[in-house]
Amino acid sequence: MPEFDPVYLAIVIVGLMGGVLGVVGYLTLAERKVSAWIQDRLGPNRVGPGGLLQPLADGGKFFLKEEVIPAHVDKVFYLLAPAVAVITSLLAIAVVPFGPTVAPPDPQPTVAAFEAAQAEYRNHFSFVMAPGLDVGVLYVFALGSLAVYGVILAGWSANNKYSLLGALRSSAQIISYEIPLGLSVLGVFLIVGSLNLEKITAWQADHRTWLVLVQPLAFLLFLVSAYAEGSRLPFDLPEAEQELVGGYHTEYSSMKLGLMLMAEYVHLVTAGFIVSILFWGGWGFFGLENLLTDPVGGAVLKAAILIGKMLVYCGFALLIRWTIPRFRFDQLMNIAWKVMIPLALLNLLCVMVVLQFGWPLVVLTGTSVLSFCGAGVLSVWLRGSVTNPKRPVRKLPPGLPAGVTYASR
Amino acid sequence: MPMTEADVRWVQEPKLGFWDQIYFPAMIDGLKTTVGHLFGRKITEQYPEQEPKLPPTYRGVHRLNRDAEGRVKCVACYMCATACPAHCIDIVAAPAPPEWAGREKYPETFVIDELRCIYCGMCEEACPVDAIELTTLYDLTGLSREQMVFDKEKLLSVFDTTTKAGTDPVRTQAGRLSVASEPPPG
Repeated sequence: MPEFDPVYLAIVIVGLMGGVLGVVGYLTLAERKVSAWIQDRLGPNRVGPGGLLQPLADGGKFFLKEEVIPAHVDKVFYLLAPAVAVITSLLAIAVVPFGPTVAPPDPQPTVAAFEAAQAEYRNHFSFVMAPGLDVGVLYVFALGSLAVYGVILAGWSANNKYSLLGALRSSAQIISYEIPLGLSVLGVFLIVGSLNLEKITAWQADHRTWLVLVQPLAFLLFLVSAYAEGSRLPFDLPEAEQELVGGYHTEYSSMKLGLMLMAEYVHLVTAGFIVSILFWGGWGFFGLENLLTDPVGGAVLKAAILIGKMLVYCGFALLIRWTIPRFRFDQLMNIAWKVMIPLALLNLLCVMVVLQFGWPLVVLTGTSVLSFCGAGVLSVWLRGSVTNPKRPVRKLPPGLPAGVTYASR
Repeated sequence: MPMTEADVRWVQEPKLGFWDQIYFPAMIDGLKTTVGHLFGRKITEQYPEQEPKLPPTYRGVHRLNRDAEGRVKCVACYMCATACPAHCIDIVAAPAPPEWAGREKYPETFVIDELRCIYCGMCEEACPVDAIELTTLYDLTGLSREQMVFDKEKLLSVFDTTTKAGTDPVRTQAGRLSVASEPPPG
């Protein structure tokens, strides 16, 4: 990893953190507004013009509220959990580009050539906190898995059945969906040949294509798993209000609750950037990104395109929230283990075969559609007995009250 | 009667076809509904700025009606106070001034405790001269319990306000009593 000017780095860190937290604040407003509009209401519109200052009011409210630490909680872990949640989600942003980037140089045969390439790379300004990190996406996934500690600690330390149930559901869900999440993007890494997010963007810019066109199935699996990872509806079982009160954050109050909620939205923003970079061509938009030729204007335009794509992802999450009802827990697990993981493996196999024989990448689009439709046909043929198995219902002998049945053993 | 086996109807889930199993058409249908509502007409009422249109039969604050000459219409017959299930009407009757033709009594004081009232409208139904009515005024506030005890002047001023604003309630009609009051047939 090359060294960079610490002053620039500090500016980038402060700017990015401020920007992300600002986006998170306004995502809460967007969430409430879109929810209201979809339910034919108007949503918050009293604080500031059109309710635009609502996030500030909410934040102030969180800070000013009484901080209750229930007597029955495990204090150390209870206080640690929100910190873990928010730290892991914010750390994950470090490697995520939020504007135009330059791909780091490839390994060089000699030390001198390596030094020269690094010096040349250092001259470019990249819109990313930690540029040139080769493990790239792996780092994001690793921190995504760490985020589950925040949830489990919160659920366990709260010493409350609702919290514990929510945390158990969440850990099972996150661990299950991490597998399709990782497997689906393996194909992308094989095609590009790098885990580095800047290189993946550069590959898409060089080949004048978006990876979603080459890997539609992987995109679909990634999208669904990313929503599940972020506990967004329809995968919000960890905090299903109707069943679990608040889930793992039932016992939290004041800004600690605020941190818990913030971590989820930061997660959404990170996932939005990752999806935009992995599948939607990063800062590229069909040549539109080259309209402004001067360096500053071009950089701003590219950053705007990337951030716009991230916002599209977030907006889609809000729409999906009110479109699809919440899954039942067994359905959730069945979809992950019996549908998404096999499909992701099949997709990975297709990528390996195509790359090994050097066939054009368009073949992968076909194989994706074929495997998706194949899964549908298989599902019809099995009549959903795999993904949604029915327990046989036995009628009781006559003479007993009617309508009473029980599942046979 | 207990339910028998014959009363139970067994319902089968519809079979899912190919298009249902790949989720997409159903998802697009759902998104169509969601997006339709996203841009659809909103039904929220912006309350303090936009007042609700209440039906004329709404039962809000009481008023004491005036007759054509501006005098209180009430004849202090105590019918409303008797009908009131919450006992919130307190009337003190006095002989009517001699120049008030055609009536013996008038209310010297007429007090309604608006906090005790349950807004059932029975006083309105009981009144033989349509002197007391419930208006469509609903935003009734006060800083103390004493403020919410409305006397005759206050109730008459409600009449003046609502008449001026053109929000007269539906007049109660002194009509036929219900069948319960009639003697049994034969």
